[in-house]
Parts: sequence; C-alpha cells; structure tokens
Amino acid sequence: MSRIMQRIVIIGASSAIAEKCARLWLRQAPADMVLVGRNIHKIEAIAADLRIRSPESSITCLETDFNDPLKIRALVDGIASAARVDIVLIAHGALPQQQCCQQDLVLCREALDINAISPVLFAEAFAGRMEEANAGTLAVISSVAGDRGRKSNYVYGAAKGLVTRYVQGLQHRLAGTGVKVVLIKPGPTDTPMTAQLKQQGKALADADAVAASIVKAIRQGRSLVYVPARWRLIMMVIRHLPECIFKRMDI
Amino acid sequence: MRACFRNGRVDWHGWLDMVTVSSWGRLEQAEHHVQSLTHRDEVADVIRQSRPGLAHGMGRSYGDECLNPGGTLWLTAGLDRFIRFNEETGCLLCESGVLLRDIQRLAVPRGWILPVTPGTQLVTVGGAIANDVHGKNHHAYGSFADHVRHMTLLRTDGDMIECGPSQHPEWFAATVGGLGLTGFILTAEIQLRRVSGPWLQAETIPYRNLHEFFTLADASEADWEHTVSWVDCISSGGGRGLFMRANYSGPSGAAAPAAANISMPCVPPFSLVNPWTLKVFNAAYFNVRKRLAGQEDLHYERFFYPLDNITGWNRMYGPKGFYQYQCLVPRADGQQAIQAMLHEISRTGDGSFLAVLKTFGSRASLGMLGFPQPGVTLALDFPNQGGRSLTLFERLDAIVREAGGRVYLAKDARISRDFFEASYSRLAEFLPYRDPGITSAMSRRLMGS
Repeated sequence: MSRIMQRIVIIGASSAIAEKCARLWLRQAPADMVLVGRNIHKIEAIAADLRIRSPESSITCLETDFNDPLKIRALVDGIASAARVDIVLIAHGALPQQQCCQQDLVLCREALDINAISPVLFAEAFAGRMEEANAGTLAVISSVAGDRGRKSNYVYGAAKGLVTRYVQGLQHRLAGTGVKVVLIKPGPTDTPMTAQLKQQGKALADADAVAASIVKAIRQGRSLVYVPARWRLIMMVIRHLPECIFKRMDI
Repeated sequence: MRACFRNGRVDWHGWLDMVTVSSWGRLEQAEHHVQSLTHRDEVADVIRQSRPGLAHGMGRSYGDECLNPGGTLWLTAGLDRFIRFNEETGCLLCESGVLLRDIQRLAVPRGWILPVTPGTQLVTVGGAIANDVHGKNHHAYGSFADHVRHMTLLRTDGDMIECGPSQHPEWFAATVGGLGLTGFILTAEIQLRRVSGPWLQAETIPYRNLHEFFTLADASEADWEHTVSWVDCISSGGGRGLFMRANYSGPSGAAAPAAANISMPCVPPFSLVNPWTLKVFNAAYFNVRKRLAGQEDLHYERFFYPLDNITGWNRMYGPKGFYQYQCLVPRADGQQAIQAMLHEISRTGDGSFLAVLKTFGSRASLGMLGFPQPGVTLALDFPNQGGRSLTLFERLDAIVREAGGRVYLAKDARISRDFFEASYSRLAEFLPYRDPGITSAMSRRLMGS
C-alpha cells in the first residue's frame, strides 16, 4: 500500500491554504505526507486532524528553523533520502504590515527573510534532489503582490517578486528534465478572515476553491497559475498601467 | 512582531482594521474589528488581549446574536480540526469551528451521524452549542447539547473550564444555549449515533388545517424519528400544509445526489418574496406537492439541508434583509395560538414560503437559556418592511406571551427586554456565569451589557 501512495511534502504546513490543500489531497487518495513547520505543536494538531480524515495515510511532522540554510539542507536531504518525493508544496509566508516595515528595519528584514529568502532556500534544496531523481513536481506559492510594487505592501511584494523571478529561472533550468516546477500566484480574497467577512456565505467556497485550483494546477504540472484565475487579467492590466496613471492610484 | 504579522499570504491590502459583518438576516451591515483564530493554542492570548469581544462562527444566526458592532469578533472558522475520533464508540472530539457538514461527511461513510442537526449543516459546532440547536427529531433525540459529552470553555481572563453534563454541570447548563456569553467554546466532544447509511425513507402527507396537523404529528411520533411540516402562512384561514416524516432506511442501491450548487448571484434591488409572489408560490407549491405526496428515498443532505445548495439564498430578500420569527408555545393552547398567529400573518399578506411548523417532544433544553421545551414551534421568514414588520411581530409576541411561550434567540433581532425576561425564566440563574469580557449586540439589547 505505502509503495503506491503519493509522497507529498508541504513546507509551511500550518498556513491556511496549505492545510486546505493537504485535506484535498487526502480526500482524493491516501498519501504519505510530510508536514514541515516552524512550530511543531501547530503542525501536530493539523496532522491529528488529517489522520482522522484519512486513517490510511501516513503523516509525519517535522520542525525546523526556516531561516537557517544548513538546517534546511539537512532537513531536505533527510526527506529526499528516505523515499522518492512526488510533490513538494512550498507554502509559507507571513503578511507584514507595510507601515511597520517602513518604521522598523528589523521587521522589514524579517519580512524579506521569511517571504523571499526562505522559500528560495527550500526550493533550491529540493530542486537538486528532484533533478537527480528526474521526477516530481515542485510547487511554490508566490503572490500577485509580486507582479508590481505598490505603496500599500511593497516589502511583501518585493519578496514575492523575488520568489517569482527565482521560480522562472528554476523552470528554465529544469525544462529538459522530468521535474515540473509550478508557480502559484494567489490573489487577495482567500484567507478565512477576509473571505468570511467580505462575502458572507461565499467564504467557504473561496478558500476551498483556491486550494482546489492549486491542487489541480500541481496535478497538471502547469508552470504558472493565478488563483482565482481572474487575477491573471487584473494583474496584466496593473502591470501595464502607465506610471503617470499608476502613481495617482491608491492601491 | 506579533502585532504586525498575520498568517496567510493573500490579503495584500495589509491590515484590515474594520470589516463589515452582517448576520444571516442581513438587517444591518455593521463595522467590526476582527481577529481570525487559526490555532487553538493561540486563542487564550488573543482573546485576553482583545477583549471585550464575541466568538463568531458562520454568522448563521439571523438577528444580532452573532454581532458586536464597533467591537471585536473572534472568528472561529479557522479552528476547524478534528482532534480525536473513536470509530468504535462514535465519540468525536473537535475544535469549535468545525462545521456540522464536515462531521457528517467524515462520520456517515463510517456508519455514524450527528444525532441532532438543524436545517443547515453550514454552522459550526460552537454555534450549535451556543444555541442548543434542534432538528426534526426533537421528540426522539432532544436537542444538540443532549449529545455533547464534554467541552472546554475558555474564559477571557485565561481560566479554562472543563465541563459536561456531569462535570461542572452548572457551567455546562449556562453555556449550552448561552449565546456565546459564558466564555469561548474551544473544543467539544460529541457522541454520534449509529446509522446504516445516508438514506432516509420519507413520506409527505398534505393536511388541510391545524387540527389535521396535530393529529398527524401525534400519530407519527412513535414510529417516525423525523417529523416536520411546511405550512402555508397565507391561504385563507391559514394552516394548510405538507407534513413530512422520515426514518433512516437500510442501505440503498441509489447513487448519492450529484452536488448541485446554485447561488444567488447578487442582492436584487427589492425582495423577491412579496405578497404577490408569495400567494402564487404557496398555492403552486401546495398543489404540486399534494399531487406528488407519498413515499420517497432521500439522501440525508437533501432531507435535512434543502437550502444549503443555494449559496446565499438569504439575498433573495433584497437589500433590506429579512427577519425570521420563530416561537414556541406549550401544547395546552398551542393550536389556538398558532391559528391566531397565522390569522394575523395572512391578514398582512407578509411572510414567506419558508414557513415551518413542528411539534417538540417532552425534553426541555439542558441550557438555562436553551430554546427547546415541550410544545409546538412555528418559524417564518419575513422580508424586512420596517415598521410594518415590527408592528406585526409585536402582535405575534402578544399571542406567544399570552400562551406562555417564547421566541428563539438565534432568530431574534427585536424582542423587548421585558418579554425576554418574562419568557426566559432562568435568566437570573444564567447571569452570574457571563464572562465580563464578552458582549454582543443581543446581550446589550436584552441584558443591558
């Protein structure tokens, strides 16, 4: 049984979207799942829930320092050596308040570390191992916020822009191999928080729909996916707005 | 750092300070500070730091119970994890933001089901407890709290109270049906019941008047677990309707219904439910269903939650929203009281086709403020017509009060404090258990704080 189960690794497993994705994968089929987080208590609670939803699955929890390249390397090597990895989802991040980043450079640095540097280190560590195996799908969650810097959140946006550019390069590098690299750019509708509030009654559909789109994009091995899809068009417009107009907008 | 970071990646607008929230009736759109809870270990800190506030699940109560305008709401939607499930005993421990839908979808394929469920499964466990919700099988299984074995109640000062029917029963009795005012319900342990499969065998029988309804209800209680009826609130004389009764049936060869989901895409500029559409719809519904009356096999989702497949059905009442009026009157004067209410309603021509009449069994709610008690309950939607609606409700209140009944707080947005105090006789017993760090629009309206 365990041999035919998919092996799925989720980095930043306590993020809301990652947890929804995990539930979806396990609803489709039992899996051998590795949850990686910064706080073992949080991911153990998530794992307990997933084990109840899918008793046949095997769920492992790992805790690490997300800013330490050596620990990331050791953790990824450990995971990749144990068995072949089919799917890696790199989902962590934290939304900083722009104002705070402007006033407090320590916070600004932390925001850049966790949203930009850390995902790149994880992706790089997995990319090498997956390239050796010549198989698997590596998915990274970026954000539409990375498509153009805006005054309301450009520190976060810059971090996500770095991730986006990095993943483009990685896709180029792995183009001729059996490894698929998926770049995911969610729009701003979907945390339990905002969805619940703005459109009561739609909240559930939205959060689940975003996770469903991500799971589907990973299955198809698409290189770039906006979720929900309308953000592709919206961001195309925003990216191409002439500066004289853009600068007058309050976004 | 904590103050400036929030989990989740997608809200690029940054810090949403005030957000508009409304309850299911959409009567008011009020600004709230919101705190999204995602992990149960963090709840104690968050509520201590941001009190006073109010736990808010799916916002499915109709009036002002789940609102705290200008204040804080603690959103429980992210606390939706199962913690332990014993497949041998059917005992489930979960966080309070878990939806009844998720419990049903987990349990039914394994031979278990919630013993009591309201007419929507899109409510949280915490909300079901705080309102001690009931279902179509009250006469057989009581209300939701009758199946809660244990819960962890977190007070806003950091105290944690473990309570259940036999452990700190006074805290349990205050909290079930307690409108979320005694503390934050963190986790709950629920005893599920065995079920052979997702199917029910249902039977629909038309009735012409209330006398026939009561006769049918009394005759069905012994052999049918679920009984409910749709009542035509507007036909002359009032009181005709369709009586439905059902039992779980054995395994059926039928396939589960396809997940049909439609949604009310927008708020129409006026209520789609009005005296003209209502009269036509009710007559058509009664006559069509009368001809189709008889037995059928129904999936539990179709039987229990017919409206859950219409996302945002509450929008059909237009921008002004709607009231639901649900009351309960003792059986002694039940028939006269219901008749008098239907008479008042049909006189105004207001009301809606969503009108439910049902008898309750002999079990009163364990909760000090719990709604269920022996009697008969009538529930109707009313498009918000401002003063005209309120005048009608006052006449209905008078009938209910005269008959020794009460109004269901989960549905209420407007009863007077005086009527509340007169009809909820255990209020004085309840008040000492309130958490001073919790307040709601309803608690301020009915309890003064």
